[in-house]
Amino acid sequence: MADVTLTVDGKKVTAPAGTLLIEACKTVGIEVPSFCYYPNLSLQGACRMCLVKIEKMPKLQTACTTVISEGMIVTSDSEEIKQARKSMLEMLLGNHPLDCPVCDAGGECELQDMTFSYGAAESKFMEAKNHKDEQQWSPVVFFDRPRCILCYRCVRVCGEGMDVWALGVQNRGVSSIIAPNKEDHLECEECGMCIDICPVGALTSGAYRYKTRPWEMKHVGTICTHCGDGCKTTLGVRRADTGMEIVRGDNRDKSGTNGDFLCIKGRYAFDFANHEERLTQPLIRKEGKLTPATWEEAFQLIGKKFAEVRDRDGGSAIGVIGSTRTTNEESYLLSKFARMVLKTNNVDHHRTADFPAFAAALRGKADATASMADVFTAPAILLIGNDPTEQHPLLAWQIRNNVRLHRSRLYVINSQAIKLRRQATNFMQIPAGAEGKVAAFLAGDDAAADAIINSSSTKDQWNSLRDTLRGEQNLVIAFGSEILGSDLSSLVTFGSAIAGAKFVCLADYANSRGAADMGLYPDLLPGYHPISGSSEFHTEWGEIPQAAGLDLSGMVEAASTNKLKALYVVGSNPIGRLKIDSFAFSNSFVVVQDMFLTETAVVADVALPAANAYEKSGTFTNTCGDLQLVKKAGEVTGTKADFEMIVRIADAMGFDVRKLVPIGGGTHADMGQSRGAQSGEADRHAVWLEAHGLEPKLSPFDPMAILDEIQRLVPGYDVSRMNLLAGNSQHTSLAKAGPGVAHRPESISPANDTLFSSGTLGHYSRALKSVMESHEVKPAEVAAD
Amino acid sequence: MKFSEEFEARFAEMVPHYPTKRSALVPTLLYAQDEVGFLSDEVIAELAGRLDLTELEVRNVISYYSMLTTKPRGKFNLQVCTNISCLVRGGEEILQHCAKKLGVGHKGTTPDGLFTLEEVECIGACSWAPAAQVNYDFHENLTTEKMDRVLDKCLAQAQEQLQRIKSVDSLADTLSQRSEG
Amino acid sequence: MASLVSHPDEVKVVTRRFGLGATNIDRYLELDGYKAVQKALGMDADAIINEVKNSGLRGRGGAGFSTGMKWSFVPKQSAKPKYVLCNGDESEPGTCKDRLIFEHDPHAVIEGVMIGGLAVGARSGYIYIRGEYRYLSIIMQKAIRDAYAKGFLGKNIFGSGRDFDIYWHGGAGAYEVGEESALMESLEGKRGIPRIRPPFPAVVGLWGGPTVINNAETLASVPHIMLGGAEWYAKIGPPKNGGTRLFCLSGNVAKPGVYELPMGYSLKKMIYEVGGGIPNGRSLKAVVPGGSSTPCLTADEIDINMDFDSVAKAGSMLGSGGVVVLDDQQCIVKFALRTMKFYQHESCGWCIPCREGTDWLKKTLIRFHSGGGVKKDIDNMQYLSENMLGRTFCPLGDAAAMPTIAFVKKFRKEFEDHLDGRPCPYEKAGVAEEMEALSH
Ligand SMILES: Cc1cc2nc3c(=O)[nH]c(=O)nc-3n(C[C@H](O)[C@H](O)[C@H](O)COP(=O)(O)O)c2cc1C
Ligand code: SF4
Ligand code: SF4
Ligand code: SF4
Ligand code: SF4
Ligand code: FES
Ligand code: FES
Repeated sequence: MADVTLTVDGKKVTAPAGTLLIEACKTVGIEVPSFCYYPNLSLQGACRMCLVKIEKMPKLQTACTTVISEGMIVTSDSEEIKQARKSMLEMLLGNHPLDCPVCDAGGECELQDMTFSYGAAESKFMEAKNHKDEQQWSPVVFFDRPRCILCYRCVRVCGEGMDVWALGVQNRGVSSIIAPNKEDHLECEECGMCIDICPVGALTSGAYRYKTRPWEMKHVGTICTHCGDGCKTTLGVRRADTGMEIVRGDNRDKSGTNGDFLCIKGRYAFDFANHEERLTQPLIRKEGKLTPATWEEAFQLIGKKFAEVRDRDGGSAIGVIGSTRTTNEESYLLSKFARMVLKTNNVDHHRTADFPAFAAALRGKADATASMADVFTAPAILLIGNDPTEQHPLLAWQIRNNVRLHRSRLYVINSQAIKLRRQATNFMQIPAGAEGKVAAFLAGDDAAADAIINSSSTKDQWNSLRDTLRGEQNLVIAFGSEILGSDLSSLVTFGSAIAGAKFVCLADYANSRGAADMGLYPDLLPGYHPISGSSEFHTEWGEIPQAAGLDLSGMVEAASTNKLKALYVVGSNPIGRLKIDSFAFSNSFVVVQDMFLTETAVVADVALPAANAYEKSGTFTNTCGDLQLVKKAGEVTGTKADFEMIVRIADAMGFDVRKLVPIGGGTHADMGQSRGAQSGEADRHAVWLEAHGLEPKLSPFDPMAILDEIQRLVPGYDVSRMNLLAGNSQHTSLAKAGPGVAHRPESISPANDTLFSSGTLGHYSRALKSVMESHEVKPAEVAAD
Repeated sequence: MKFSEEFEARFAEMVPHYPTKRSALVPTLLYAQDEVGFLSDEVIAELAGRLDLTELEVRNVISYYSMLTTKPRGKFNLQVCTNISCLVRGGEEILQHCAKKLGVGHKGTTPDGLFTLEEVECIGACSWAPAAQVNYDFHENLTTEKMDRVLDKCLAQAQEQLQRIKSVDSLADTLSQRSEG
Repeated sequence: MASLVSHPDEVKVVTRRFGLGATNIDRYLELDGYKAVQKALGMDADAIINEVKNSGLRGRGGAGFSTGMKWSFVPKQSAKPKYVLCNGDESEPGTCKDRLIFEHDPHAVIEGVMIGGLAVGARSGYIYIRGEYRYLSIIMQKAIRDAYAKGFLGKNIFGSGRDFDIYWHGGAGAYEVGEESALMESLEGKRGIPRIRPPFPAVVGLWGGPTVINNAETLASVPHIMLGGAEWYAKIGPPKNGGTRLFCLSGNVAKPGVYELPMGYSLKKMIYEVGGGIPNGRSLKAVVPGGSSTPCLTADEIDINMDFDSVAKAGSMLGSGGVVVLDDQQCIVKFALRTMKFYQHESCGWCIPCREGTDWLKKTLIRFHSGGGVKKDIDNMQYLSENMLGRTFCPLGDAAAMPTIAFVKKFRKEFEDHLDGRPCPYEKAGVAEEMEALSH
């Protein structure tokens, strides 16, 4: 749009036509006060705080509703304006309880700040204030009516932003009140957006209430550990007896792609971290019972046993199950440890999407994956399968708000009437299980049409939908785990004919994509390089067992015939989540690293207390392939990061950990000794470090050392370190990934999490539990995972 | 839930008058209230369903309009204006008189469920002040005596109806006794 | 049914058919009914607009904006349907004229809406009648039905090949819904919260379509202008204030009633001659000249002509035509309190200054009137009102502030007489407390 130039307080301001005056002011550092205005929500003009003087207008005007025009002359600050704002505050405060010292918002309250700026604290009124008791609307939402200043932000974010519309305004005049249906309780998505957006302490959260004051917390920006969307969250932590306790999660600084969005899990379900059942010391099975032991004892035992099995029965007698919630560095390290130290390819993780097929289909295609940010700006989106509202709340938010704010066209194809159909230009319901046929049909297989037509659609409709889609540009195609293998490649074939089309393959859990990218597969190395082929990893890691290993079900089978002598489970609960018989591994030596005595940990011979992703550093890759930095926020004494534990076990097995973790001075220190079999390789790492202006890392427990290696070796991960460290998400590409390997469809089982569940973690979140109980929804049966 | 045929006919006629369904909401609520006596949860759910609204939306609308109520009211809703034109011509005395006579205050309902008293804003009878409405009927140029006559008439009407109901009841009784016997 | 009055100074234009049975469509036709719209059907849209412009007709709803001008703002081309909206929400205290129009001459309103429709290119109109006027909505619904039956409404009206529909719509008790954009919200089935302007209704109104909204009296005047001509109509009143006005005379006058007088009629004469003066040997204390929102005039200020410009010059407004007369036994503080109680009750609550300001003013006035006032209250009330003025989201805030400022400024002495625990000099003992307990 053309630019418009105006003058504000004597400053020239140029902004695109259509810009609101309040936003134009911001661009030159003029902050016009506001309560009801909130970017990307509908305009209200209700609080009258943003009144400014516009030349030729008789009255003061609201900057939040005025669209700039050429030559406009604006005064944003004058005695008249100050007085207007001051009086608004005086009128508000007349009815405000002024209990700032005990209010949760105290210290970060917009009303408090504004009162301070305009000196309106002195009350002009003698009348009694209107009082009403605080109400609890849901396990997470509390409402203190007298504090409410009726800015309607909560109503709008719930309706316009969340498409939930659970809040409204009851009554009128001074009796107006924000309320849910029937005024007493909420049945909603419990996202807490309304609480977060409340400028005062009227809406407060069950999780944070009265726990602490903003200035008593330390804030750490990191990534949510729950679903695969990778929301940025700022965790408020404070000192506790057991270490550092997380007391609050939000993203007020809007630092990530998610802006200020978080779903209930990101906002409240960090509480698993402080669950009293956290393991805080190693346990060793003695006389059939898991008994506390020292770390030293545990590592020695594990090292001895693993080495014994490897040397006696060969590496193929050892299984390794990695995690979808550990960092990329840990997954990479585990993959490398298995191959180099345990000498096994029996490596797997809980797969929830067919990333190898995805990588294979996109091989050689540049810019073919969409970032989470793209989903908010794409002119058109095709969604096949999945229910993002439940399983990918951020993705759903991005889609909804793209449709609302940018009029993006949304095409939804699903076997269920999922909620996003409400935003859809076109919604096609298909028989359950026919998603793959949709891919085939779109790719041109007309015969597939029969399988996707049902009472609600005709062949003509499908043909015309396909034509419409073919006519789109820059289409984002997102699909769930229903689409795998050859169907997936059909879908990519179809999409690749559309100019600028990009894909999103939806997987569950916070770092499933990382687990896949880092090669937690029996037949794939990091970057989807087949174990049997040749790749940089083959050269750099040295001798790698050549035959493909066993996948998870293969390992279970091997255990049943006594061929699996040892199993190493890192941050995974296959027995609890994948319906594996709890006696399956009773003849194996089982080591489990986890936070809790999960269904898997109880059968372990050694259980090691692990730190979770809020308690360590590293990187995560979200389902779109956006790489982000994870930072340590909380801390529970007695736990260790998986990274350190893997290194310690390698060490206990007598392995030179420098070969595992590239540390030390490289060129100047141990020329060629520290990594891999072939001499001269250390140079490559050192050369790469130098070229990227990075220092060699010094500690074997420093995940950044592995990040260096990942960035150097894993295709698509060579993103800007600077941007990554600055807290920005960096999109990785699959264009240069390896060719992948075809997998059996049964090897993939979606988590089937809902908005209120989160695999095993969810069981230990009081916030999620209480919400489920209040919604009277039974937790999803420990379903296929 | 069941409304009268008259209501249904009106509803069916009204909805197509507008390009959006919900436009019919406000007048429909008033008609429903006239029939049921108040806007019960059941009425709210029913109308929300018919007009593609959430119950919350319907409640938000109801609570905005002063004539709409979610609580039962007396058979005769006595609305006395005390606004400026009525004020200067004795509107308050009329209100106080009614309050004394009925033994209830603003928005109070007599124990027999016959009268609800309400102080209301200007009802558009300023040149004939003081004025009041009993349900939808206007009563103007009021004096306390005139007000008494209005209330008496209401009572008489209620009694007559009661009588009728009683006779129907006793008829029903006799009939049922007969069929039993 | 409200009783009719008359006075020789009246110029009967809008009230011409009152009491003549014109609710009956055949009777209406005998009384020149539906001639104006047929004439308009033969004119082009601009000609109609010009006629109304030249007549000097100004909105009777309160603001007094030129009707012809308003119509000319509606874009000729529009992707969305255009609408004409009749504002029959009449709720401004002191105003009871639209009620008479609906009661005695509903077809004139229908005709006015139709002519408005022809002028702006709308094909349908809505007549919004406040919920309390149930009997009038029954009259109006019948009138509309009769007009359809005669082929005056619906398809091919009067064989002109053009279509026009009119629908009735009812409110449910809310003064704020009389505000034009809040009325559109209400008609769309929502809470009566006004809309952000711009865009103005003439461009984006009902269901997003360009909409003309006029008061019932304004629209009922239009057919007479079409038949009598702009020049005739304009000449009834002073320049730029064409025609007549229905003045709702109420309060302490001997002969209250709704009188149709020429624009610019003397206020003094209206009170003392038309209204028969102040009864019971009392004298005049103040007049509210145009409904409760307009600043009062003192007994010394009534030597003015009742047209928009003259009343504005006197520091008040002609408003909605509600002339409320107060004799010397009326307490201004009490009157101010009752006025504020109204605005506090009717504030939609959307914006801070009106929602909170009216509540503080009401609370302060209650305490003040019942003897709990302190000196700084008087200044505070003025401070509050002045800080509401011009800063609210819609004019209701101004409507609450303006009269209050006038009461405090013009009758400061009376406020001071209530100070220091002194009981209200005008109140019978105990009445104030009793009312307080009774009131909403
Ligand atoms: C709070 C408020 C209440 C109003 N109430 C009415 C009303 O009841 N009837 C009316 O005709 N205009 C009312 N108006 C004025 C309308 O907004 C609008 O100006 C009018 O209907 C336009 O018609 P006119 O140009 O014919 O006067 C009100 C305005 C405000 C601010
Ligand atoms: S928690 Fe979320 S869904 Fe629930 S009311 Fe608040 S904004 Fe709406
Ligand atoms: S509860 Fe908070 S966000 Fe909602 S209207 Fe009140 S102050 Fe605004
Ligand atoms: S959408 Fe996913 S990443 Fe974001 S807060 Fe929710 S669970 Fe966490
Ligand atoms: S001034 Fe504000 S609160 Fe008052 S009626 Fe208008 S919008 Fe509502
Ligand atoms: S920020 Fe502009 S009115 Fe509230
Ligand atoms: S003031 Fe009572 S009817 Fe108008």
